[in-house]
Amino acid sequence: MATTRETDRIGSDHDAESDSGVLPALSRFRWLLGLVVPAGLVVVWHVLVATGVFAPHQLPEPLRVVGTLYAMGVSGELWGHISITLQRVFFGVLLGVSVGVVFGTVTGLYGLANDLLDPLLQSLKNIPSLAWVPLFLLWFGIGESAKVLLIALGAFFPVYLNLSTGIANVGDELIEVAEVYDLGRIESLRRVVFPAAVPSLLVGIRGGVGLAWMFVVAAELIAASQGIGFLMSDGRVLARPDIIVGSILLFAFFGNLSDLAVKGVERRVVDW
Amino acid sequence: MSSTGDHTLAVEGLTKRYGDTVALDGVDLTVEEGEFVAVVGPSGCGKSTLLRVLSGLEEHFEGRAAVDGVDVRDGGSDAVGMVFQEPRLLAWADVRENVAVGLPSGVDRGDAAARDRVDDLIETVGLDGFAGSRPSELSGGMAQRVSLARGLAYRPEVLLLDEPFSALDQLTKYEQQDNLLEVWAEQGTTIALVTHDVEEAAYLADRVVVLGGQPGTVETVVDVDAPRPRDRTDPELLAARDAITDALGL
Repeated sequence: MATTRETDRIGSDHDAESDSGVLPALSRFRWLLGLVVPAGLVVVWHVLVATGVFAPHQLPEPLRVVGTLYAMGVSGELWGHISITLQRVFFGVLLGVSVGVVFGTVTGLYGLANDLLDPLLQSLKNIPSLAWVPLFLLWFGIGESAKVLLIALGAFFPVYLNLSTGIANVGDELIEVAEVYDLGRIESLRRVVFPAAVPSLLVGIRGGVGLAWMFVVAAELIAASQGIGFLMSDGRVLARPDIIVGSILLFAFFGNLSDLAVKGVERRVVDW
Repeated sequence: MSSTGDHTLAVEGLTKRYGDTVALDGVDLTVEEGEFVAVVGPSGCGKSTLLRVLSGLEEHFEGRAAVDGVDVRDGGSDAVGMVFQEPRLLAWADVRENVAVGLPSGVDRGDAAARDRVDDLIETVGLDGFAGSRPSELSGGMAQRVSLARGLAYRPEVLLLDEPFSALDQLTKYEQQDNLLEVWAEQGTTIALVTHDVEEAAYLADRVVVLGGQPGTVETVVDVDAPRPRDRTDPELLAARDAITDALGL
């Protein structure tokens, strides 16, 4: 009896050791699990095309897509498209976020401004991105400004909505502290209200960057002679599914990259 | 000015309604300079409302409430600091910055003297070494001490405390009470503390104002004559506690 208990104890000690020793080492690589299903899908994709289930003129093999992107990269053709798209997204986001910050701040602080503007902006936000394209082309021509403005429109709404509610909902508890200690309007905004709304602002910016990528596709598919979206529509005209799929992958890559970047900023700024 | 001009804190016939509910009904209270007064009463008797009136968070009420003879509606509330029931700290700011929130508006925070004062206060409340910590890194008791230091930074005529220890465990509560007494002795601040804890009120205060009923009215005022530093088992304190519980009708 006594010996059994002894071995039980030793056994459980051993378990505890492996819990603290081996498992954390494994859990560090846990994120790799997220790659398993995508990798499997790529294999299935390859097999389906190789065995003729999908015709190559409709869906190219994965390697062919990579090869096409690589060739375009080597010839230099790809970089122009990528840089113009990145440039549009960058300026669009910059503009959209700036205007969103102004409107979000004003409506968050002043009930009257909120009552006047919020119903309008709430309904405008529900208009699909593509619906704006013809009007923007008519107003601003097919130049860069139409595209940047369209992207800015997309980036604007999440920033506006999140910041406005973020500022309006700063807890009464903190507002009262500012009041009791006579911080005054300006100081209480600077030291209490705005910092408290920063997390909401960053959530808004993340949403805005996401929508910016949607709106850039809308703009480039219809009215562009350069850019990743143009590359896509060009792939359709040329009957080159490898170019289309390659463009999708490029959007996925840069979309994820920008999201990670904003997330990184978020983690660094909102560290409390 | 009027007869209330002589007292650090003077409340006369204070009645406060929220819609049809009467929270306080004809409350009189005076606190002299350097005094420690506790206001005790059951939940819902308007204790917190009293402090909200004094700190200028309630604009509309009947009667008179004045700090150093100045009505709280005419800027008298500028002279009070408040420690709320919850610490209410800025989550993104470190302890030093949180304490500096209490510095009077004329003081430049970047000023060396102001920085020294903030650091001194952090030491006074026993948080040396935590000046650079964020509230999320502090325990409940430590966070409440930051809140106390913030109130002291304001150099108030009266420091109001709204059940500041009610969320703490017994041991931490005792620690915080003793710390508050030390700070009070050191700084000489006039203190008005609201609590539902009879033992706490008797242990801390020179005078205990018992609020009762709904709406809140002053039932009685109990003087606690036990010498300081006090022993928690001092018979005088026990007698005071009995008098308070009697007044509360328990």
